[in-house]
Amino acid sequence: MKRKLSLISLSVLATCALNAQVFAAEVPAGVELAAVQELVKGNGAEVATLDPHKTEGVPEANVLRDLFEGLVTSGPNGETLPAAAESWETTDNKVYTFHMRQGAKWSNGDPVTAHDFEYAFKRAVNPETASPYAWYFEKATIKNAKAIINGTTATEQLAVTAKDDNTLVIELDKPLPYFVSMLYHTSTNPVHKASVEKFGDKWTRPGNMVSNGAYKLDTWTVNERIVLSRNEQYWDNASTVINKVSYLPLQSQNAEMNRFLADEIHMTYEMPIEHFKRLKKEYPESVKVTGYVGTYYYQFNTKQKPFDDVRVRTALSYTINREAIANFVLGQGQTPAYSFTPEIVDGFEPAPQEWAGLSQKERVAKAKALLAEAGYNKDNPLKFDLLYNTSENHKKIAIAVSSMWKKGLGVEAKLENQEWKTYLDSKKQGNFSVARAGWIADYNEASSMLSLLESDNGNNDGKYNSPAYDKLMADSRITTDPAKRANDYQQAEAILSKDMPVAPIYQYVTARLVKPYLGGYPNNPLDNLYSKDMYLIKH
Amino acid sequence: MTKFIFKRLLEAIPTLLVLITVSFFLMRFAPGNPFSSERSLPPKVKANIEAKYGLDKPVIEQYFNYLKHLVQGDLGPSFKYKDYSVNELVAQALPVSAKIGATAFVLAVFFGVSLGTLAALKQNTWLDYFLMSGAMVGVVIPSFVLAPVLVLIFSIGLKWLPAGGWNGGAVQFMVLPVIGMMMHYISSIARIMRGSMIEVMGSNFIRTARAKGLSMSYIVIHHALRPAILPVVSYLGPAFVGIITGSVVIETIFGLPGIGQLFVNGALNRDYSMVLGLTILVGALTITFNAIVDILYAVIDPKIRY
Repeated sequence: MKRKLSLISLSVLATCALNAQVFAAEVPAGVELAAVQELVKGNGAEVATLDPHKTEGVPEANVLRDLFEGLVTSGPNGETLPAAAESWETTDNKVYTFHMRQGAKWSNGDPVTAHDFEYAFKRAVNPETASPYAWYFEKATIKNAKAIINGTTATEQLAVTAKDDNTLVIELDKPLPYFVSMLYHTSTNPVHKASVEKFGDKWTRPGNMVSNGAYKLDTWTVNERIVLSRNEQYWDNASTVINKVSYLPLQSQNAEMNRFLADEIHMTYEMPIEHFKRLKKEYPESVKVTGYVGTYYYQFNTKQKPFDDVRVRTALSYTINREAIANFVLGQGQTPAYSFTPEIVDGFEPAPQEWAGLSQKERVAKAKALLAEAGYNKDNPLKFDLLYNTSENHKKIAIAVSSMWKKGLGVEAKLENQEWKTYLDSKKQGNFSVARAGWIADYNEASSMLSLLESDNGNNDGKYNSPAYDKLMADSRITTDPAKRANDYQQAEAILSKDMPVAPIYQYVTARLVKPYLGGYPNNPLDNLYSKDMYLIKH
Repeated sequence: MTKFIFKRLLEAIPTLLVLITVSFFLMRFAPGNPFSSERSLPPKVKANIEAKYGLDKPVIEQYFNYLKHLVQGDLGPSFKYKDYSVNELVAQALPVSAKIGATAFVLAVFFGVSLGTLAALKQNTWLDYFLMSGAMVGVVIPSFVLAPVLVLIFSIGLKWLPAGGWNGGAVQFMVLPVIGMMMHYISSIARIMRGSMIEVMGSNFIRTARAKGLSMSYIVIHHALRPAILPVVSYLGPAFVGIITGSVVIETIFGLPGIGQLFVNGALNRDYSMVLGLTILVGALTITFNAIVDILYAVIDPKIRY
């Protein structure tokens, strides 16, 4: 994995100040730029808000990355790069000192200071802001974050302090070596205090919003488009090529594809799977597939019989032919998953699990034996409902998997689809036997995936509970040694392989249509794209 | 007539109240809530959000709070689109849907009535068969098939017209959505019009008019059109509300910022205040236009008096 130029090594070894590279549009010599540099992107759905402290979804984050700049940013291959902070240091992974970039300005000309970040972090955890991502600060273990969210401590007590305009000190409850890599998440973006206080809930409107990213908000028509224009005050404005960025909330993949083919957008949000093969043939230069740090899996309700029996879970998991799902049902370049953490996660090297090395035939034979041991056979077949949220793709996969189960084990899985919010409710309430699920990492580190299966994690809907697993994960957070942590993660994966609380099926990819004349399209595994890194080539 | 209008207005109030009450509680009984998401929130974070939107209070109290604000014309904040109130979003979306809908409506009535009349006058000729089979095709082809085909031909193939977008309602952006929307209505209107025109043309007073030696066009325009159009008018009242409050299909396919998209997303996101606000809007419009249809009846048909 060449891409594993590790951010862990970056953040852990950051005891000395980093003056690393910065990324911007790098137009290769000899490339002639288009006269009009106006980028139009499909963005999936209308944004719920443009307030970084009230968002949680992907469409919002896409726009926010252009509007605001956090302390660090995510490079073209997912590496952590300095942004509003020019450098940082820590000696114990517990107290981090950030040095602000000199000359960084808000779109109204005000300087971006450490005080802006202090204000922003405190605003994000303040119960009055009611941020759906407040938990992220708790997870980052910033001192007092939890108590503030719970309302037992005043917001002022958050251990994020601007020593002066240029120095920001963040103190954590316990050492967290990958803390810096958590800071390119858009929920940690700064906001402009004066305009937030002046305009209240209306500060995100065009004309009111003051931003510190490469772009500023120009117009916003709900359900039609958001237009951003170049922020002349941005510190690296000279390197920005794209003058104008439009985000279109196109919910229908087919409609989005048509807009792309009619040359109205340069980049889609996703692409319809049933058209993938045709598009790949007709427009090979436009189809872009990149790895995405997320896993699609089936989750077992370990509190419900017979899924409390590891033999049943293992049998069902073994019988899923992942190669067939990834290559034939989907076929966009998804990879079969035998571990919960995707291979492309930074600093994660999956240890090969024994069952992954077997042939599908051998796996099914093992599965049959396990299921028989658990008391299920032809005369007493295992029957249950397989829950998924309404979508063509989930349905296709569910049909394929249930027929593999039927054929291989004689298991009768009844497909049950529910509309999204109903499905979420069923999962949270534990009203399911086996459910489709997916998880995308918030930051490029294995813990962003693995912590999901800790017994006290609010998203552990299958109620998996393994003290050994919890202990390993707790250890991984304390250790300062990256090798030891990598080992912890491998052992954690080994436990998952043995206990099989979830059956990983495939690892996600980002598949979209991109005009061949859009330059600078990166390979970022978190799909963190910045318009400032792109440029339109003359065509 | 004034008394009639006043009576209809009074009747509207309890009707709307029932509508609001039923929708309010139905929404609350739907599984999930506006803030349930895949990444489950720590209980305290969730409680903070619910407190901010008043969802921590008993449902019955929320209901009366809602009514209190509603009386003042405030539809509340959108639970999904946190930077906007429902009033602002509806004010932005309604003109879009109304502009496309009204255009499609006017064109549909014009073409539907003309073609239906033409077919009736040429009953059982090739023209009649041609028009009516065309209308049949128009009725059975749904807009989610027609619209993408239009895009394929005129946007991707010929590149004459944009495949979507609104751009403040510029003409070229309206052509395909309006066609996609009106075909079905033209067909329905033409079929109703033809049937009723044939019936009217066979009646005694038309025979008398013919016997007087009046020209065909004079008979149609001055004698037949008014009685023949009545069934079309009763079809148009409810259809008009549907057409101006936006078509989900057309708005999604063409990426239009109208009411249809707000409605569907509101329901999917459990955006309580949005769904309620739009239900009230559509309810009020339906009541209004049904009343207008009744008034139009009286204008068109002298036999009807209130």
